[in-house]
Amino acid sequence: MTVLCLVELDGAAPADASLRAVTLARSLGGDVGAVLFAEADAVPGAALAEYGVTDAYVVEPAGVDGYAPQAWARALAGLADERGATAVLAAGTDRGNEVLAHLGAITGLPMAANCTLVTPDGGRTHRLVRHRWAGLLLEEAVLEAPVALFTVATDSVAPVPAQAPAPARVHVYKPELAEGDLRVRAAESPAGAGGVSLATARVVVGGGRGVGGPDGFAPLEELAELLGGVVGVSRVVTSEGWRPHRQQVGQTGTKITPELYLACGISGAIQHIAGCAGARHMIAINTDPGAPILAHADYAVIGDLHQVVPALVEALRAR
Amino acid sequence: MEILVCVKRVPTVGGRIAVTPDGQEVDTRMSGFSVSPHEECAVEEAVQVTERLGGTVSVLTLGPEAAVEQLRDALALGAGRAVLLETDGREFGPIATAAAIANEVTSHGYDLVLLGNEAADTGDYQVGIRLAHELGWPVATGIKSLSVSSSGDGLVARREYRGVEEAYSLPLPAVITVKEGINLPRYPSLPGRLRAKRAQVERSSPAWTAEGLRKEALRVPSSSKHQATVLGHGVDAVPELVRVLAELGVL
Repeated sequence: MTVLCLVELDGAAPADASLRAVTLARSLGGDVGAVLFAEADAVPGAALAEYGVTDAYVVEPAGVDGYAPQAWARALAGLADERGATAVLAAGTDRGNEVLAHLGAITGLPMAANCTLVTPDGGRTHRLVRHRWAGLLLEEAVLEAPVALFTVATDSVAPVPAQAPAPARVHVYKPELAEGDLRVRAAESPAGAGGVSLATARVVVGGGRGVGGPDGFAPLEELAELLGGVVGVSRVVTSEGWRPHRQQVGQTGTKITPELYLACGISGAIQHIAGCAGARHMIAINTDPGAPILAHADYAVIGDLHQVVPALVEALRAR
Repeated sequence: MEILVCVKRVPTVGGRIAVTPDGQEVDTRMSGFSVSPHEECAVEEAVQVTERLGGTVSVLTLGPEAAVEQLRDALALGAGRAVLLETDGREFGPIATAAAIANEVTSHGYDLVLLGNEAADTGDYQVGIRLAHELGWPVATGIKSLSVSSSGDGLVARREYRGVEEAYSLPLPAVITVKEGINLPRYPSLPGRLRAKRAQVERSSPAWTAEGLRKEALRVPSSSKHQATVLGHGVDAVPELVRVLAELGVL
């Protein structure tokens, strides 16, 4: 039995979200084939093997150059057919959900987005748990299909290395594309901001309504820099135009999975919690001891961020 | 330019979200209804394009009769035509939803269909893509910036992914799914509201079909809800805060 998992690269390494998906793929039993769109010599075989990947199927740029979602899906469809895969999955990233939706449309099969648990239940049946409302609710569902298509929520399944990893075999796969598969293709250029991405940052310093206005973020930026992290904000901050939308943490912004989320002046609307519940640790700085965020944080400082954050910056600089 | 915007009526969830005792629905006894922020932005984007290039914005929803409320909200923002694909209360899956929308697109004729990147409630992430495949049109998703050419025969759609900007050049007709942040939606004007109140809503009743993914129950995640350990008050808490940061290994 084979399951195939689309693996995205973050630099030279497998993306964290993809390792989470591979971890879930392993729990289904059977061989785990990773599918990558890269040069064969850029495949991080050892890192994939550590997470239990038995085979890496690589589609080289000569086959599909750059990100072309429908062409990626076509390659997955061809491979799934050739390998007799019982499931094809991806991380629940923008790309993972997009490619699997194309795969669903190409094959006419159902696709379950953002699963947290998937269990084979005999024959064509899988039982699963998936996010609704960006994870504020869970749906228990049954997926009946000859090939189970699904993505894995990026903030729920922890990436766990395999117990007895063996080296992964690398195969080059040449997909047969259909007309129109390359019609939509990304032209990529470095985005304005650069630096650490919010989705993968190790530390996120959050700012909410309590920051008070567009001029209040300098101490938060300074703190984020000291901690090697980035600033994220709540929805009110972006809808007021204080900060660009790309910094929004939440259901309609970015989902984050840092080691530490330091939420400053954020009350904790549930749409915001949907974006930061994947943080390993959370500390809130808030003037209101009754703020909902305190029910999600591990630690809290009751106080005005305009005093606490500069004092914290000063203390950290003095160390 | 004929543009169709697809919106979905969903409960407005505030401080908490709860499910009905049978575990089948979100408990809406205490909530109003709205469309997701992504879809509000889709309506705004469509109105801006027709303000520049001329044409009509049609707004469509698949849902119960009560979803006319959301159609009127979009009409108040500048949409000129409203279509209700009326359901009998059963939840349509993404395959049936895409097929029903495709039927409307084919019978009316559009240059561009805009949707939200994902519905706020079901989060299926696929109706726009399945719709595009039904129509044989190109599709780009998660779009945060859209420029339609003045000749009206193509567009450039942009989004950001892992610190890289992706630009997609598509011929029209096309399907685009957008995300909040692409614009700041306007507030409805009083004349807009009055026009919306009087507007006709076109109706049809698409067929429901069973899909391979079946919901059994909804539940609230078993909560790790607790109360945070208070480290102290104001700047006096800073030494303790530094100690905790060191303990968590982030210094």
